[in-house]
Amino acid sequence: MAVNMSLVKNKVLAQNAVYRSKNFLEVTFGYSKEQAIDEANRCLGCKNKLCVTGCPVQINIPDFIKEVSEDHLEEAYRIITCASSLPAVCGRVCPQESQCEAKCVRGIKGEPVAIGRLERFVADYHNANCKDTIVKPKSNGHKVAVIGSGPSGLACAGDLAKKGYQVTIYEALHIAGGVLVYGIPEFRLPKAIVQKEINVLKELGVKIEINIVVGKTISIDELLEEYGYESVYIGSGAGLPKFMNIKGENLKGVYSANEFLTRINLMKAYENNVATPIQRGSRVAVIGGGNVAMDAARCAKRLGAEVTVIYRRTEKELPARLEEVEHAKEEGIEFMFLTNPLEIRGTEEGWINYLVCEEMMLGEPDSSGRQKPISIQNSEFYVKADCVIMSIGTSPNPLIKDSTKGLSTLKWGGIIADETTGLTSRMGVYAGGDAVTGAATVILAMGAGKNAAAAIDEYITEGRYESI
Amino acid sequence: MYRIVNKKELNATVTLMEIDAPLIAKKTEPGQFIILRTDPDGERIPLTIADFNREKGTVTIIFQIVGATTEFLNHMEEGDSLHDFVGPLGRPTETEGKKKVAVVGGGVGCAIAYPIVKKLHAQGTEVHAIVGFRNKGLVILEEEFKTNSSKLVLMSDDGSCGKKGLVTDALKQLIESGEKYDEVITIGPLIMMKYVSMLTREYNLKTIASMNPVMIDGTGMCGGCRLSVGGQIKFACVDGPEFDAHEIDFDEAIARSTMYKPFELKTHEKVCNLLKAM
Repeated sequence: MAVNMSLVKNKVLAQNAVYRSKNFLEVTFGYSKEQAIDEANRCLGCKNKLCVTGCPVQINIPDFIKEVSEDHLEEAYRIITCASSLPAVCGRVCPQESQCEAKCVRGIKGEPVAIGRLERFVADYHNANCKDTIVKPKSNGHKVAVIGSGPSGLACAGDLAKKGYQVTIYEALHIAGGVLVYGIPEFRLPKAIVQKEINVLKELGVKIEINIVVGKTISIDELLEEYGYESVYIGSGAGLPKFMNIKGENLKGVYSANEFLTRINLMKAYENNVATPIQRGSRVAVIGGGNVAMDAARCAKRLGAEVTVIYRRTEKELPARLEEVEHAKEEGIEFMFLTNPLEIRGTEEGWINYLVCEEMMLGEPDSSGRQKPISIQNSEFYVKADCVIMSIGTSPNPLIKDSTKGLSTLKWGGIIADETTGLTSRMGVYAGGDAVTGAATVILAMGAGKNAAAAIDEYITEGRYESI
Repeated sequence: MYRIVNKKELNATVTLMEIDAPLIAKKTEPGQFIILRTDPDGERIPLTIADFNREKGTVTIIFQIVGATTEFLNHMEEGDSLHDFVGPLGRPTETEGKKKVAVVGGGVGCAIAYPIVKKLHAQGTEVHAIVGFRNKGLVILEEEFKTNSSKLVLMSDDGSCGKKGLVTDALKQLIESGEKYDEVITIGPLIMMKYVSMLTREYNLKTIASMNPVMIDGTGMCGGCRLSVGGQIKFACVDGPEFDAHEIDFDEAIARSTMYKPFELKTHEKVCNLLKAM
């Protein structure tokens, strides 16, 4: 078929912004088959597959898109899953605009091919239509333990299971999925989709043990010495929420984004008649500008609040994905840029009353290359709020570090691991994802899990490893 | 699933349950806690471990009926199973090298004080247990405290058992009479721990308080259990639950503990009505 030379992507439909800002249903709808084929025809099928170089798990993008254009959707799915264990998830939450789509040749003049939307379409189509049962690979007799069932652990477990390893994932919470379940809201990533992807892994033979806190219930040493695992992969995630250390942060009504999102996503506090409560503020201030801040702001909006995101730099520096910021704005979320909270003041009963903020301006670039925000003298002003959500990042969880002999960590607490293999300072122990890098993206965590799976396979079958 | 192997009602509002949880029993030390959910839609609640038996593979919890979850839990029977039970969480009580310790417990907090008293006593530390209850009907673990301490002082608000008065009265009297403690450990209502802490500060006597704030995951992820200790934010789940009482901002902790009270009352009432109807 002739290449579709349209300069723009096929549009996806989304729920009306006013309507969706009152519900937790998924915001965007997927492509229809016709749209998907039309979009797939925009791909030039470049020999030099630049898009693949932008993908942290190296999905063979032009090949799967070619299959879509020919309506071979199961084959397209097979190609994607050679590289990715969670296609329906990545198609929704990957920052394609800075990865695969950023490299797309069509993006030089016009919009790139909508690779993310196509991935989502292929995965959803497969999940809705494929009735084939998964054939469990033949066991190779080797056991590997994976700590954490978030994207990194799932990717690592999936790849190892496909190679015949007996993989057990240990999860601290009562449900598998990690940040996909407790962090990312239903309207961005429906939990039924996460569950489906996890079920695929279970069919591949991956065992998931919930309610096990490695570092407390079981130690890594026990996994290696008593439980008979030949290797362990640590994908335990980001960890402890940071606070600003300003006055008033422990007033009633101040949440970390982690707590706010966990109450809503994991414990379903937005539904009626649930056991876990959440304070429904009427004026919510979200501090921070990342994806987590956008998720928290949009959840608060859906609970009926007026929401303001307070960020100390300008809109241009917002670390959140552009799409998330746009969605947030469409839903009526206000942004207060170049603003820094100094203090939260409370009522007599200890609830939040208002924030004291100051105006900022941008100065010289700092070590991260971004212009450093500087406070403007005597610019203090008040922002009324009855709920504040701190979304300024996390620091690593100390549980594994404190309970594992010989596991080296950096000063800030991140586990030291080889960039390509994930090998830590302990032989046979690998790590990746946020536990190593600090807060990053789902797909980077998956990439690390995948690379570690390959390294673990080499280590176990050939005894090969390079110490860090 | 985690089976209830033994259930005993200690008084009208306090119940003991022994739970089959061998992995947790193997690791538990006094001072640590678990998080449980009764059913697949339940909330996660933290409870400090009251006792454990490594051979049997069981962990004992003692809880007071205060909200919907504990009400529902109290309606579960031997042979029923809890949906989730995870632990042991938090840091164990530091007991090493202590020669003489006063453990001050109040109400259901005595359930948490008990394993600490037991361990200290077993390792040869001289333990004075000062336990207080509102009245005779609410007394728990009296025998256990008696056999595992060198001295037991029982206090009640109304004088219906032991001596009439507050635990702080008893502690003050012991200190004044010349008892030299290396440390005081206090576990109970926030207001009681605050007053114990104020008293021991006067004597410059090191004091540890066991905190039990609102919590969701219990592994450091949510930060809901934070409190101010020495002007720093600390998480009870990973940094505690025990802290230097003289450094804790008790007034803040008391305020934070009321955050969900209205919700708790409402849901408790709802569950009570539901259970009555069943």
